[in-house]
Amino acid sequence: MKTYKQVFSELKEQNRMALIPFFVIGDPDFDTSLAIVKTAIDAGADILELGIPFSDPIADGPTIQKADIRAMKSGINMKKALEFIRIIKEYRDVPIGLLMYYNLVYQYGTEKFFSDFHKAGVNSVLVADLSIDDADEIVGPARSAGLDTVFMVTPVTKTERMERIASITTGFIYTVSVLGVTGSRDKLSNTVDGLISKLKKLTNVPVCVGFGISKAEHAVTVAQAGADGVIIGSKIVGLIENNLDNPDKMLSDISAFLTEVKSAI
Amino acid sequence: MKYKGRFGDYGGFYVPEVLIPVLEELEEAFYRFYEDRQFTTELAELSKEYSGRPSPLYYAKRFSEYVGFKVYIKREDLLHGGAHKINNTLGQGLLAKYMGKTKLIAETGAGQHGLATAMIGALFGMETKIFMGVIDIERQSVNVHKMKLCGAEVIGVEGGTGTLKDAINDALRYWTAHVTDTFYLFGSACGPHPYPTIVKHFQSCIGIEARQQCLNQLGRLPDMVVACVGGGSNAIGIFSGFVDDKDVRLVGVEAGGRSVSAGRHAATLVAGKVGILHGAKAYLLQDAEGQIHDTESVSAGLDYPSVGPEHCLLKDTKRAEYVAAEDDKVLDAFGILTKSEGILPALESSHALAYLISQKGKLNAETIAVVNLSGRGDKDVSIVEKCRPMGN
Repeated sequence: MKTYKQVFSELKEQNRMALIPFFVIGDPDFDTSLAIVKTAIDAGADILELGIPFSDPIADGPTIQKADIRAMKSGINMKKALEFIRIIKEYRDVPIGLLMYYNLVYQYGTEKFFSDFHKAGVNSVLVADLSIDDADEIVGPARSAGLDTVFMVTPVTKTERMERIASITTGFIYTVSVLGVTGSRDKLSNTVDGLISKLKKLTNVPVCVGFGISKAEHAVTVAQAGADGVIIGSKIVGLIENNLDNPDKMLSDISAFLTEVKSAI
Repeated sequence: MKYKGRFGDYGGFYVPEVLIPVLEELEEAFYRFYEDRQFTTELAELSKEYSGRPSPLYYAKRFSEYVGFKVYIKREDLLHGGAHKINNTLGQGLLAKYMGKTKLIAETGAGQHGLATAMIGALFGMETKIFMGVIDIERQSVNVHKMKLCGAEVIGVEGGTGTLKDAINDALRYWTAHVTDTFYLFGSACGPHPYPTIVKHFQSCIGIEARQQCLNQLGRLPDMVVACVGGGSNAIGIFSGFVDDKDVRLVGVEAGGRSVSAGRHAATLVAGKVGILHGAKAYLLQDAEGQIHDTESVSAGLDYPSVGPEHCLLKDTKRAEYVAAEDDKVLDAFGILTKSEGILPALESSHALAYLISQKGKLNAETIAVVNLSGRGDKDVSIVEKCRPMGN
């Protein structure tokens, strides 16, 4: 199974940053979702960020909330999510990070969750509503299962706390570019450059930037600031929403957008 | 954070990283000011002159005759705004002022907390936004109008079931984008630390007063203290005054909705399972995989799938008992109190009354029960009329 470390060192040799699209598993339904993720891999995704839908996603804006609702309506559950990941890993060995809300992990049983999803091919699990203050609830089980750990840093995180976050992160630091929830934005926050360079001075752990990355030029800005990867969620999920009645166009739009970003970075 | 904010294993602060600094700031400010002389003096003055504290403890003679034991009513319904909510919004609003914040946001279910926040926004001249589910906006339109009259902006929340849970989701989302200048005035004794502690502190005046009133008026402590529980702020407020008096039974009454056995309710402590929602570990109404259930109750203020962490601990340690009252019994209770005493109880508070009525014939005549009448029922008259039409 390919690791984050391998991906980031390969990309470094090519002087490129990682392209990391985000999708909600099962949006808008299981089979279309599979086709979408395969399309993203073919268009050059280096790592996949996948979400299992939750009824109350407090860190997400309207676009991903709607995707969660579509996926839940299509009948996604833990068993199907595991199957989805296995199929993707058979298609191509691309590292997968899960983005989750804690209650789903907790109800499944934290240790069993990490172990089952690692076996299916997951590299890390970022729990959106669990901070490093309660990291002991997940870091131990994650490491025993063989997973990397991923935590978030935001524009309001203090330096001392950034150091603590970096010290327990082994995969990559998920850097939130703006204050707020997920969602496309026209302009990139002007604090993101400073945030990336600060983190790069603090740690050798790869720094990937997400939230509000909606255009190739945003990705370029982030790359120039020294980031190791760019995470694009709402923009792509919006392409699903806009083409629900035309799956062919959905796939071609996603492919075209990711190809454009890939060639820009 | 300085403290863990745990009640046993419950509570904590399970929030996205972006909210950590603002919760730290709130925790620091609360512990800096809550015993500060200037702060407590100002709060005491406003509680007396603006809110109308202390609220009376009233012996409900005819209602007592109906149930067959002695019932004393803690009249939080008489406070400014018509509910206990003002205790908390005044306290947190003053805290916001001491912190130099100029903007308030709040969630609301029945509209009582939204209204109490809008009033404080007007009182302190702060820009106020209230998040409210679209279903609740429809069923509590009078309160919506009152909030607007106080100058607040009411933001309709469509997600999920359009109720309190969804209002909290959107208020939290808004807060993550506006953490630098906005104070989130949380309405119940739940949510992430330090809210359960802060809300309990500002609501504890109910229990402190009620205990002293019992000693003064009755010469003894009551046998039982009863309160309704949604998130649990009025209940934790009155329970806190008696929790160390081991002989006083504490009874929390949750929303049994249409039917507890059929799963159409909001009785979290009675029928829930431990999980994590809105920043806290607590009993939740959820499916086997952890997706949160839709709740159902005739009272918008109790229509919530989680509950305050301290109530979870009080349940586990058996210091308090938690039961559910179904909508039908609640509407009966609303009618019985109104007819026997001329007091219109809020549908939320009517849950506590329904429990007392269920004890009719089971307790001896000397039993003394104190019930927290957390709010008045004017806002619910049209709902009651719809459920129990009186004809012409």
